[in-house]
Amino acid sequence: MIYPVHSIPLDDCRPPRLDAAVATKWLTAFLRDELVVRRNLGHAVIGLSGGIDSAVTTALCVRALGADHVSCFALPYRTSNPASRADAQLVADSLGVSLRTIDISAAVDGYLQVEADADTRRRGNIMARMRMIILFDQSAKLSGLPIGTGNKTERLLGYFTWHADDAPPLNPLGDLFKTQVWELARFLRLPAQVIDKAPSADLEAGQTDEGDLGLSYPRADAILSRMLDGVGDAELLERGFDADDVAIVRRRVDGTHWKRHLPTTAMLTNTAINEFYLRPVDY
Amino acid sequence: MLPDSRPRLRVAIVQTKPAKGRFAENLADVGDAFAQLAAWETPPNLIVLPEAALTGYFLEGAVYDLARDAEQFALELATSWQATNAAHPVDIVCGFYENASGTYFNSALYIRVTTDAHTILHVHRKIFLPTYGVFDEERFLSRGRDVGVFATPFGTAAILICEDVWHSLVPTIAAVKGARLLIVPSASPGRGVDGDGDFVSVERWKQTLSMLASEHGIYILYAGLAGFEGGKGMTGNSCIVDPHGRIVVQGDQTEACILAVDLDAREIDRARAQFPLLGDLSSVLTDLVNDLSSSLHTAR
Repeated sequence: MIYPVHSIPLDDCRPPRLDAAVATKWLTAFLRDELVVRRNLGHAVIGLSGGIDSAVTTALCVRALGADHVSCFALPYRTSNPASRADAQLVADSLGVSLRTIDISAAVDGYLQVEADADTRRRGNIMARMRMIILFDQSAKLSGLPIGTGNKTERLLGYFTWHADDAPPLNPLGDLFKTQVWELARFLRLPAQVIDKAPSADLEAGQTDEGDLGLSYPRADAILSRMLDGVGDAELLERGFDADDVAIVRRRVDGTHWKRHLPTTAMLTNTAINEFYLRPVDY
Repeated sequence: MLPDSRPRLRVAIVQTKPAKGRFAENLADVGDAFAQLAAWETPPNLIVLPEAALTGYFLEGAVYDLARDAEQFALELATSWQATNAAHPVDIVCGFYENASGTYFNSALYIRVTTDAHTILHVHRKIFLPTYGVFDEERFLSRGRDVGVFATPFGTAAILICEDVWHSLVPTIAAVKGARLLIVPSASPGRGVDGDGDFVSVERWKQTLSMLASEHGIYILYAGLAGFEGGKGMTGNSCIVDPHGRIVVQGDQTEACILAVDLDAREIDRARAQFPLLGDLSSVLTDLVNDLSSSLHTAR
């Protein structure tokens, strides 16, 4: 007799899965509770880039508040890809939200006039922080709140501008990996064109996130999810992950812990804020 | 006074969704629920509320601002019920942060309220204070040290708070001491979206409660806190589990609500007749305790 064998591999090396229905219900409740119940605000302000993260964030806000209570802004610089603006419009139209374009070129270039030698990284950071300024100002104008769009992958890899992309007081996607955001986008039936295109910060022609990072999001997420569960680098290799991929992810995670914290404050007393004097954010 | 050992007990769970730290506002909201319950043609005999039901769970250092003496808290709850002008007495269980002369606990009390008086029948102080990951209870609170049981109109009962129940030994001790009714005020932040149909944490709660109820042949009243606290959402999901391990009614995940069920003590007897596991345990318990004691002595 041949016994049937039931077994599983040590690791399938896949990115983490997502129950998109559970996540959608929960994040919708989160946005409603945090905006309306806790802050008595009924309006969400979102920078709609044409990418997947801001599209999913907008869709969740529409579910939570209704399309009339979501204002989206396209904030292109003069070198931005026009296709990004077109994709943002596609998302806005599919969700029935307003989309206003505010060109940030004049504001950014006003500063760069005196810093003409700024490299691409500095220019990208200036653009990101200018977009943050506009979203906060529009929120004040509209009696709303800026909603962040950053995902867990870019937070862990430090692939964002500190005090810019991470500045909004609410972030529904920050505990979801990029591949899970894609799952959510499919569940929310966002336009396929936006889901399928290569993610890009759109700071220069031909730029893609995965080109910048040096590995694909599914491979990064598979490694990150196991690292956060406590699987060490040597064990990741035993499980079949690529050594170069593991090294890239490890270097980025370990080099960017500071980006996931508030500024470091020198402690001098027994009542140092957030060290001894501890009060929750919603108190 | 309610007659003892009544075979049926009408129970209501009031699942709260408090605004963080706003005790008076939250007590007023609970007063609305009490008024609703008092107006029922057959009002409940027992009302159960969640852990930290009137303050919110994640308080950090604000626990020292909001913790109250058990007598004071009992008076506040009783006054709220008496304001409904209900003619009949009621028993109330509610979780709160307790200030016991400068020692702080995560507690739940059981009080009996009549039209003009109230009595504290029991206070349970949470034994297992989660202090890992997102949890930080033992930084601010002291541990309770015992599993108390007490008499109710339905028979012997015990209160255990949240993680107390995740250690199967603790509810087992309550059952061995005679508890037929286990009351579980809780506050559980939802986590784990890689499951199938619900949070992994919620599924774990359902499995735990169902297994405990069916193993010991007891009713379990699980009162879960609802609402988001700084991004951490409490998965209400209050429920009542019968002695066969069946979840007979379950509340909403994100909003305040009321659950109501008539418990039937005869169901406990029937469940224990079908699966006499508690009786089996009692008969070998001395051997097991001796075995455990000798192991602990050896380990030292």
